[in-house]
Amino acid sequence: MAEKVLMKGNEAIAEGAIIAGCRHYFGYPITPQTEIAAYMAKRMPKIGGTFLQAESEIAAINMVYGVAAAGKRVMTSSSSPGISLKGEGLSYLAGCDLPALVVNVERGGPGLGGIQPSQSDYFLATRSGGHGDFRMIVLAPASVQEMASLTIRGFDLADKYRMTSMILADGTMGQMMEPVDLNFEIGETYDKPWAARGTDMKREHNIINSLSLVPEELEELNFKRFEKYAEIEKNEAMWEEYLMDDAEICVVSFGITARISKNAVDAARSQGIRVGMIRPITLWPFPKLPFKNAVSHIKEFISVEMSMGQMIEDVRLATECRRPVTLCNRVGGMIPSPEQVLASIAEADGKEADI
Amino acid sequence: MNTEKLLFSGFGGQGILFAGKFIAYHGLLSGKNVSWLPSYGPEMRGGTASCGIIISDSDIGSPIVSEPDILVAMNLPSLDRYEGSVKKGGIIIADSTLIERKIVRDDVEAIYITATALAEENGITPLANMIIAGRLLSILGKYNKTEIDEALSHVISAKHADMIESNRLALKIGAEK
Amino acid sequence: MTVFKKPHALTDTPMHYCPGCTHGIVHRLIAEAIDELGIEGRTIGIAPVGCAVMAYNYFRCDMIEAAHGRAPAVATGVKRSDPENNIVFTYQGDGDLASIGMAETVHSAARGENITIIFINNAIYGMTGGQMAPTSLPGQITQTSPYGRDVEQCGYPIRVSELLSTLDAPEYIERVAVNNVKNVRNAKKAILKAFKNQVEGRGFSFVEVVSSCPTNWGMSPSEALRWIDEKMIPYYPLGVYRDKSDVSNTDVNGKGEVVQ
Repeated sequence: MAEKVLMKGNEAIAEGAIIAGCRHYFGYPITPQTEIAAYMAKRMPKIGGTFLQAESEIAAINMVYGVAAAGKRVMTSSSSPGISLKGEGLSYLAGCDLPALVVNVERGGPGLGGIQPSQSDYFLATRSGGHGDFRMIVLAPASVQEMASLTIRGFDLADKYRMTSMILADGTMGQMMEPVDLNFEIGETYDKPWAARGTDMKREHNIINSLSLVPEELEELNFKRFEKYAEIEKNEAMWEEYLMDDAEICVVSFGITARISKNAVDAARSQGIRVGMIRPITLWPFPKLPFKNAVSHIKEFISVEMSMGQMIEDVRLATECRRPVTLCNRVGGMIPSPEQVLASIAEADGKEADI
Repeated sequence: MNTEKLLFSGFGGQGILFAGKFIAYHGLLSGKNVSWLPSYGPEMRGGTASCGIIISDSDIGSPIVSEPDILVAMNLPSLDRYEGSVKKGGIIIADSTLIERKIVRDDVEAIYITATALAEENGITPLANMIIAGRLLSILGKYNKTEIDEALSHVISAKHADMIESNRLALKIGAEK
Repeated sequence: MTVFKKPHALTDTPMHYCPGCTHGIVHRLIAEAIDELGIEGRTIGIAPVGCAVMAYNYFRCDMIEAAHGRAPAVATGVKRSDPENNIVFTYQGDGDLASIGMAETVHSAARGENITIIFINNAIYGMTGGQMAPTSLPGQITQTSPYGRDVEQCGYPIRVSELLSTLDAPEYIERVAVNNVKNVRNAKKAILKAFKNQVEGRGFSFVEVVSSCPTNWGMSPSEALRWIDEKMIPYYPLGVYRDKSDVSNTDVNGKGEVVQ
């Protein structure tokens, strides 16, 4: 067994990126993700990479756009208010079909909000991070190990499909330390003949551009991009199922709340309640298959999230509203307790919980 | 199946997070699953600092320690804040150099250690945190030289290798107290 | 015998610029500089949002279209992706560079990024149809200053070359114009130098080109060129504002006089 090291979630993201071959990081300080920048500032100069503290989130995402256009792996990270600022760049990256990795270690909002953990950027991440019709691949780690492994996966998917992968974590995931095994097999490398890195006088010039003034052509570009998205929905959904085989109640949760929910599911099981959990690992594409299978034997779904109810919409869509879906939540930086989740499970089961 | 939930608390600068990280590493090296979760943000600066550590034989679900089995309190505000949260039958370790009051709860085991004074007497003033960590390990029956040395080598960077000896001493003082 | 011909670094795509617009001249000067330095194969140009938005169709080197004002940040990324090889330039107008993108402009200069910025100052937003720019002159009539730019209400124009020359890092800053033959020849020299500096690794090089926009100024092309002499240059004095390679340390004061 390889030796495990104890790492913060934010550091695991940074190290995962380095393992994935990312040598360019641009960012701007914001709590609770600043350890990523600090880690990169320390490591990048020693491995021939670039760490640059940009003048703003907007500048940082546009530096990312530049490196991505030049065909190299590149990333930025921020927390909720900073991700709002990056919306412009996310849209341009999508419009130019450029691969990049963006990390959002969420905090409570809206506005300046707080600095404690939140999952209230689910809509921002899964619906669209900026203007126009586009998607990002959204990965939601639930352990420090996954902070590293999903970052590596994110780079791979970004290159494979020429689009942005977003790591959607929260303050707890970023700050907590857990053992990590950093031995990863690195996926394939991708040729990028479309990149703007100089013609070398050997080919026609490459143009990285999202301007398209002829509506028929722009429509066609959108159709093509959504064919790609359909392919991703078919092939790339990831999820974990826990005690679902005989379950009658299904908790749905991702990231830190999935960890908390697992405690509640175990406690409920010990009280004889037949409950299981589906943990979406990709939030886009949202894993529809396990819900399709679960509808036959689940009488109620409980969406546990740190938002006013955002993922719950995807649960309703995935179950085609054939079963009731209730919300168990805390917001504003508050974290639901296992007892709160247990109470929701017991209520769904029609009895008082023994808490 | 055994799970220990610990909460280290005190004020910023006492090395609360460091001592917690050491304990977590010690757990990891003993082959356990571990998690370490700090308080973060402005409250780290000047106010209370705390970290929750879980050491378990099984997979760790929630890393949040809201009902600790063992509370370490290194200042009065921390004891005031967390005393009530300790699990019935749990343990509270208080630095009695800095905390003048007694532990009120009678359903927990109260342990007092004059960690800050002991550190000063032994010429290792900043290491009251590790004196308490030593006490904690001995309570858990895990004061074990090999794992301690290995854990210290993980949490103390090579640049500060000269600090390893004093940390080892602090742990020993705590364990023997 | 020298035959006048199109620089290799320009494509055959017909330009869309208005009659009398000086973008075409500046495009040509950039292409000539790229040709003369033999760097087309490793040059990446960054196009702005503004009238020159489709500059990516006109230059034969690799091109990237940036969001409005972000070209210096994009250029920073491209340059740092391969600093030994890539020659990176941005081509930006006054709204792009001095309004929405001022932060990116100032900070790329402050970092001394080894890039070349060509700044077209024609005192108006062209593409959107003639609105007030950060460089529109006091009293200048535009669509959004229909009674003339009121400095009490909207403040004064920004002299970008002077502003950037307060920073330590930039290698080279010069303001030129393209309204007559002599000025065009000077502009050519400045643009060539701004690219050569980058090839030599000297650092941030910035050329402000005082340009015309007859369409949105409401003038004939020749009137527009005269207006540059009569109105623009007095407010935006031509000259070298920074040149670290010049040992005499030539500088220009606020009145456009060369000072030692």
